[in-house]
Amino acid sequence: MSEPLLYLDGVTVSFDGFRALNALSLIVDAGEMRAIIGPNGAGKTTLMDVITGKTKPDAGRVVFADDIDLTRLDEPAIARLGIGRKFQRPTVFEPLSVYDNLLLSLAGDRRPHAALWARETPAERVRLEKLLATVRLADHRDRRAAELSHGQKQWLEIGMLLAQEPRLLLIDEPVAGMSDAETAETAELLREINRTRSVVVVEHDMVFVRALGVKVTVLHEGAVLAEGAIDTIQADERVIEVYLGR
Amino acid sequence: MIRADRLAAAPLACILGAALLLAVLNMATAADSALHVPDFVVSLAGKYLCLAILALAIDLVWGYAGILSLGHGAFFALGGYCMGMYLMRAIGGRGVYADPTLPDFMVFIGWKHLPWYWQGFDHFWFALPMTMLVPAVLAFAFGWFAFRSRVSGVYLSIITQALTYALMLAFFRNDMGFGGNNGMTDFKDILGFPLNSRGTSVGLMLCSAAVLAAAFIAARAMTRSRFGKVLVAVRDAEARTRFLGYRPESYKLTVWVVSAAMAGIGGALYVPQVGIINPSEFSPANSIEAVICVAVGGRGTLSGAILGTILVNLGKTWLTSALPSVWLFAIGGLFIGVTLFLPRGIIGLLLPRVSGASRPLATGPATAVAPAREAAE
Repeated sequence: MSEPLLYLDGVTVSFDGFRALNALSLIVDAGEMRAIIGPNGAGKTTLMDVITGKTKPDAGRVVFADDIDLTRLDEPAIARLGIGRKFQRPTVFEPLSVYDNLLLSLAGDRRPHAALWARETPAERVRLEKLLATVRLADHRDRRAAELSHGQKQWLEIGMLLAQEPRLLLIDEPVAGMSDAETAETAELLREINRTRSVVVVEHDMVFVRALGVKVTVLHEGAVLAEGAIDTIQADERVIEVYLGR
Repeated sequence: MIRADRLAAAPLACILGAALLLAVLNMATAADSALHVPDFVVSLAGKYLCLAILALAIDLVWGYAGILSLGHGAFFALGGYCMGMYLMRAIGGRGVYADPTLPDFMVFIGWKHLPWYWQGFDHFWFALPMTMLVPAVLAFAFGWFAFRSRVSGVYLSIITQALTYALMLAFFRNDMGFGGNNGMTDFKDILGFPLNSRGTSVGLMLCSAAVLAAAFIAARAMTRSRFGKVLVAVRDAEARTRFLGYRPESYKLTVWVVSAAMAGIGGALYVPQVGIINPSEFSPANSIEAVICVAVGGRGTLSGAILGTILVNLGKTWLTSALPSVWLFAIGGLFIGVTLFLPRGIIGLLLPRVSGASRPLATGPATAVAPAREAAE
């Protein structure tokens, strides 16, 4: 269980002289769920961008699984390796039905000619039924994604990530704008997902992070400030100063 | 599902039924009969059908992939030129200069030999695939660079416009070997059928209807497939598709090339029916007019492209003879009016609620300008 799945080594990203990430190093183990917290501008989203190939680091290495250097790959290639990403704002395909959103996300051949001739297989249908149940959207399968509530869209997007069958899920603020009940259910859902996959959650909501009950990494000014259990973190002087104390 | 299938059947029945009806009323009624359809109506209908093929091609890329091409007339014209080359060579020794191989305009500018790129065009079986292949190859080269470097929105639209304008200037030159300014005309026959006969023009009109129907079926199958759903996904949330492992540029390139080939065959059918092809066919105004037809009918509906083309061109035919100076203002006003008050076009009015991807416009961006939600930046 303690084999590293994702390893960032001295990653630096600058935008016009501003160091969004400053020699950041981080290890996420296979099967682990990790929460990443930090004040605005700490580099949380940039970290996600670097892992998923959206932003190329100026220095440092990002290694995934069996020694694959992610900095050499682009977004689709990284996605196909098994890294799924959930955006901060829910991003689903609004004109398409819930079912079709999940269908397009299912792991499979992503090339145009394959999609042109693709027919839904019974195996796919079984997978989709399961996913619909997992993300509690079975009753909404034929609705257009645009008609879903904010919380439902968040869940649909999580379902889309699961359909990809990723080894690692990156989740950016999953409970922003959710009700308390939805937040609790989302924590439950993430724990369920974590049984089979590694998860990295970026979150502001401390109640939610506590509910997850996992190891926490605190980012500050593009580097790791502290790491450990939530109680240790909340007692840490420096963390209180830059983040929690505000 | 039943309803969706009926939606497909209705435009097909209209196209083929109307074309057959016109043909019968033209051929089988006496000239003084009240039901008689004069020859010029048949040739007008044939032209409209070809322009509808162009509009369908535009809707495929604009409506479903969000690529607003303001230069699709270039692919239409290239298809037309390929057909024109066949028709020129089919004249043979019957030209003014009676040269058995060289077209008149080449004799006129003093050429002694047929250039290499004119070889083979004396065969219809060679010229016909070329009418699709030449536009497709150009579209592939253009799209390869444009989509790979992630050019999109208005920038792409402007480049497509520049493309057709550049081609127009190039084709104006006599030494290109395509007849320069005057283009190609004085065609005699196609596959041995004289172009000035009533039977041939009815036949060409029916062919155009059949090709339009086939193009409609193909476009519909494409947009309803998983490929079509990915296209809509790319149009509205390109970043999301990328993080799901899709390469948006390959999807755009595929639909772009298919669309160019479709426009090419439209142009190929157009030229024998109007009897001439010249560089003005590349003029940006033609491309924009076709885009307006799509907008009027309803973008992203396929049948709207056909309906819009026929209505707009009926209006054009009437207005350019009744009040010629007003036409450009009318079409400009029409575009503004449709954009402001009828964003989903006429089809949008007729079909307020259709499920799934067949009404993707409802939440699509109003123009091709923005890939809507690029969430995390």
